[in-house]
Order: sequence, then C-alpha cells, then structure tokens
Amino acid sequence: MARALSPRRQLITTIAAWSVALLIFFPVLWMILTSFKTEPSAVAMPPEFLSADWTLENYAEVWARSDYPRFFWNSVVISVGSTLLGLVVAVPAAWAMAFVPGRRTKDLLMWMLSTKMMPAVAVMIPLYLLFQRLGLIDTKFGLVIALMLMNLPIIVWMLYTYFKEIPGEILEAARMDGASLWNEIVHVLTPMALPGIASTMLLNIILAWNEAFWTIVLTTTKAAPLSAFIASFSAPQGLFYAKLSAASAMAILPILILGWFSQKQLVRGLTFGAVK
Amino acid sequence: MTTTLRALLGATALVALSGAAMAETTITVATVNNGDMVRMQGLMDDFNAKHPDIKVEWVTLEENVLRQNVTTDIATGGGQYDVITIGTYEVPIWGKQGWLESLNDLPAEYDVDDLLPAIRGGLTVDGNLYAAPFYGESSMVMYRKDLMEAAGLTMPDAPTWADIEKAAAAMTDKSKEQYGVCLRGKAGWGENMAFLTAMSNSFGARWFDENWVPQFDQPEWKATLDFYLNLMNQYGPPGASNNGFNENLTLFQQGKCGMWIDATVAASFVTGKDSTVADKVGFALAPDNGLGKRGNWLWAWSLAIPSSSDAKDAAKVFIDWATNKDYLALVASKEGWANVPPGTRTSLYSNEEYAKVPFAKMTIDSINSADPNAPTVKPVPYVGVQFVAIPEFQGLGTSVGEIFSAALAGQKTADEALAEAQTLVTDEMKAAGYIQ
Repeated sequence: MARALSPRRQLITTIAAWSVALLIFFPVLWMILTSFKTEPSAVAMPPEFLSADWTLENYAEVWARSDYPRFFWNSVVISVGSTLLGLVVAVPAAWAMAFVPGRRTKDLLMWMLSTKMMPAVAVMIPLYLLFQRLGLIDTKFGLVIALMLMNLPIIVWMLYTYFKEIPGEILEAARMDGASLWNEIVHVLTPMALPGIASTMLLNIILAWNEAFWTIVLTTTKAAPLSAFIASFSAPQGLFYAKLSAASAMAILPILILGWFSQKQLVRGLTFGAVK
Repeated sequence: MTTTLRALLGATALVALSGAAMAETTITVATVNNGDMVRMQGLMDDFNAKHPDIKVEWVTLEENVLRQNVTTDIATGGGQYDVITIGTYEVPIWGKQGWLESLNDLPAEYDVDDLLPAIRGGLTVDGNLYAAPFYGESSMVMYRKDLMEAAGLTMPDAPTWADIEKAAAAMTDKSKEQYGVCLRGKAGWGENMAFLTAMSNSFGARWFDENWVPQFDQPEWKATLDFYLNLMNQYGPPGASNNGFNENLTLFQQGKCGMWIDATVAASFVTGKDSTVADKVGFALAPDNGLGKRGNWLWAWSLAIPSSSDAKDAAKVFIDWATNKDYLALVASKEGWANVPPGTRTSLYSNEEYAKVPFAKMTIDSINSADPNAPTVKPVPYVGVQFVAIPEFQGLGTSVGEIFSAALAGQKTADEALAEAQTLVTDEMKAAGYIQ
C-alpha cells in the first residue's frame, strides 16, 4: 500500500519532478522557439529566450525547398513497417524464450542485446555492400529490414519481460482445451500481453523514426526519411540555425504528438512488471 | 470518331509517351547546404527548359555526412550518385585513385582556360581535370574601418602579422565586449587546422619535410602557435576554443570583433542585411611575415562525376550548365552580381558590373596569392594549402586540431601541444608506411 506523503514532501517532490521534466524538455523547447526566430536572432549572444521579431518565414522556406510529404511518408512506412515486421519475428521468439526456455536462453538474450553495443559504423561497409548486391539501397523495403534487425534485440527483450509476467498455467489450460500453438499465441498470449506489445510497438516506432545513421547511409532520394530531411538543412558554413530548427520541429512533430497521446500506454507498458 | 480511329490515336499517344519516358535520364546530384548551392536549386527551371530529357534529383547533406556517404558509395562502386560536390582536398586523392571521371572533354564553349589557374590547378591530377569548380574561396582579413579609424590606424592592403597584432591591441576593449581579433579555435581539420595550417605557411612552417617526416618540433611551428595563442589570449573573445566559422560570423556581425580572418565567402555575410556593421567593413589580404607566403587558404566546392555513375553523359551536361559562364550571367540577372558564385572564372573579375561588388577585388587577389602546388616556404611532398592531400589527413588534422584547441583553452602549453602533435603524427605516419 502506498505511503501517504506529507504536503511539504509532496510539494518538494512535485517541484523536483517538474524541474527534471523541464530540464529534459528544454532542448526541444529551445529548438521550437528558435524555429520562429530570424537567423540573426537565433544566434544572438547572449541568447535571446524570446525573440523581438517572431517569424514563420523559416517554415515557409523549409516547406518550399523540400518535398516534406515524401520524407514524412517514407518515415511512416519505414518506422511502422519495421515495427510490424519486428513483432512478427519477435513474438514467437519471446514466447519460446519465456515459456520453453533452454539452458542457454539467458546467454542467448544477452548475446542478442550485445549486438546493440556494437558501434554502427563498424558494420557500415559490409552492410552497405550487402544491401547494394541485393539491390536494397534507397528502397523503403531495405530500410524496413535494416531497422527491424537493428531494433529486434530490444523488441525481443521487452516482449520476453512481459511474457514472463503471464502465468504459464493459463497457456497450459489453453493447450488442455486443445488450442494449437498458433491459437495459443494469437488468441491467449497476445491479448493478455497487449499493453506490453503496444508499448513495445510505440517505443520501436519512436526508435525507428529517430534513427539517423542507417537511414542516411542507405538512402539517397527515393526512400530518404525525415532524418535525411533534417540533415539537408545542416551547414557548417553559413547561418541556417533557424531553418534547421524549423526542419527539426517539422520532423519531430508527428512523433511528439503520437508520444503525447499514447503516453499512458507507454508508461504502463514500460513499468509493466516493475513492481511485483 | 470511329472506334478504330480512337484506338489508333490512343496507341500513338501511348507510344509517344513511352518514348519520352524512355529518353529521360535521371541523375542524382549530391550537394552541401550553402547559399550558392541552394540558389542553384532555385534556378533549375533554366536547366529543365534547356534539357527536358534530363531529370535532376537532389540529395543535400551536411558536408561531413556527404563526404562519408559519397566515399562509401564510390569505394563500393555503388553508383548512387551521378554528380557529387567535393572540395579541393578530395579531388587529388580521388582523382589519383581513379574514382572520378575526367572532364577533359567538356565542350569548347565551356572555355576551360577561363577557370582561375590556382583553382584549376587544385582540381587537376596528372593533366586531367577531375572536377569543375562551382565556387572558389580563399581567406582574408575582414576588419572594422570605424574602429581602426578611432584607434588612429590604417590597415594596409597586404598586412603583416605584426600589423594584425598592433591593430588587435588597439581595438580591444573587453569592458565593452569588443575583441580585437576573432579566429577559429574549434577543433577539426576543416576548422582550426584550416586556419592554423594556412597561418603556419606564412611563418615558414610545414606539416612534413620532403621525406614525410613531421615538422611540429621545428621552430617555425613554435613561432606559429606561440603567436596564435598570445594573440587570442590577449585580444580574442572568451571561449574562443569553441569558435568556428559560424560562431565568429555571429560575433563579427554583432560588432564584437575588430578583425576576423576567415573565408572570403564570409564577405557577403558581414556586409549583408543580417550584419549590424555592414557598412563599416574593410578587407585586406591575409597577413604574412615577409617570407613569401601569406596565411590564406584556397578551397573550391566543385562538381565531379564518380566513375561508378551510369549516367555520365547527362551528368556532364549538368556540370557544364552549373559551372559555365552562362550560369554566372543567369544568377546575376536573377539575384544580382553580389550573389554570383565567386572565385572560379577569370572573366568574372574583368566584368565591370562585378568589379563594383566591394569584396570582389580582395577575393580574387587572395585566391591568386595561394598556390596549392607550392604552399609553403620550404619544399614539401604534398599538395594543398590548408590541408595535406593524403587520405590520412582528415584524421590527423582533427587529432592535432584537438590538441591545439586544448592549448587555446589553457589546458596545455604551446610546447606540450607541439610535442604531443609531433608524437601523434609521427606514430600515424609510421603506421601508414610513409616513414620507417
């Protein structure tokens, strides 16, 4: 049972929580504010928190210079596609590890996770060559495969954690009632683990949406998503900070909205099984 | 109309359409995000009208990302790009490796002899032109005329480093956040090391001797670094070790720098609408020490065709359009002479209209005073003014840049920094097989 906090403690906790939240959100807020400033105001020293001359010019120019809808659509296809494909592979894998574990299951899970610790650039040339030979460079399908493989360890790990919370007896009961393996996974396990699957899905979509190494390396024009869109506004020589901020704001806005509306689901899923 | 006639017309239209579709060649142009390149994308209607059979698709990336992607693509023979934007650092290396298509057969109207000799020299390997310059730049002194006047000084057209130090001392007033000189301090082979390598040339220093032995333990490098650190510590802005092109541009535009020695392309920014000191800026050649070399660099963003491209003819047509004299006239007619890509053609600088642009003369004089094939006072085995055109230089330049940036931040002395640079570069050059 939760312990009641004194009003003073509650106030301190609230202030601390808001401070941390603002600290985390500040870079995003700063970027959004910068996107409405003029270029000189964006780089003014000392920094101007509120600009004297707000403008929508940056958004107009970014929109005019780029085919934003194409980048946006590519991002949607790549992030949703890689997530769905990842789930198709990961649900049976996590089921096997959670309910029919072998002696080496833990090692296998650790090994899968260890692939995430490898710097991406270390496998850039081999993967690029592989994609090139298979004709997958600058294709949405190629990126769906690449991002699915990149994020698969995380999906399997998360699903494994959720599945472990489901009593094996329920699945046994389903089996006793004559459910096939397919029916057991689809009609018994999946509905019960839905919050976990949903949060895994959301997190994976966010990860895929924000991926900015492979999506830039493996694309040129046709399949380039919003990460490439942002990169096209970056420049070391010349002041384009306000436009870069506008492009970044346009790129993160859809995922920010998705995250906002699904935050309850996301938090519920991420803390699933945290307290036993 | 009878059904037969309709079918016949329909079939004819289909054949015509499919023919047009078959004739169209699509080329992918990889480029960087800067004002001149963005302007070119805005002028594509002219190219499309002249060449309806060529469709151009753009990939715009930050220069280091572009370098990484293009290198990967060419090294693996990917053929994703038909035209690439590359700098004077890459052209000699990639040209030698056979990664680029020769541009020796551009049409006679292109007038290749009109290209500025210094720029053309940097893009030519063994007599073959491997890239066509889109814009060229050097570096020069941009200074505040009003502050110089108030200090009772006059900036010579060709100042020495002693002149710069004297002017910096006179213009510095830290209580008003007014700093005599702003120079690059941010680590990177294209950031502080571009400036310091060019500066070291005017002090008689060099990266390597004729046998590729590193030279950071020589007195010329010590003189360079001592002078730079002293100048910046006394008259530079605080936190200068984090300042690159953009940071210094901001400081200068806000009236906080008496002088700024940087790319000639900055001239249009400091005299542009965003600058608070636009009407108070004067220009001078990069300083020297009377040794026959000035501290200015030479760079050109150029267009080249990777050997892996499968649309080389169409790519050549595009490069011809984007870098010929007509393109300069097109930009002038649409955006004014001040916005014409500078530093590529001799004819531009004999144009009376262009001569009225305030920084035109100093830009061409700066470019002409740099020689990528003989960049230093003493002989060297390499090409490049502010870089060494070997594949290892990107890594070496950035590592040494970090050491020198740390010295500017006060984390080490000039002697410690030079000793560290000497050891690091020697080890790397041994590992790469240049020296035993």
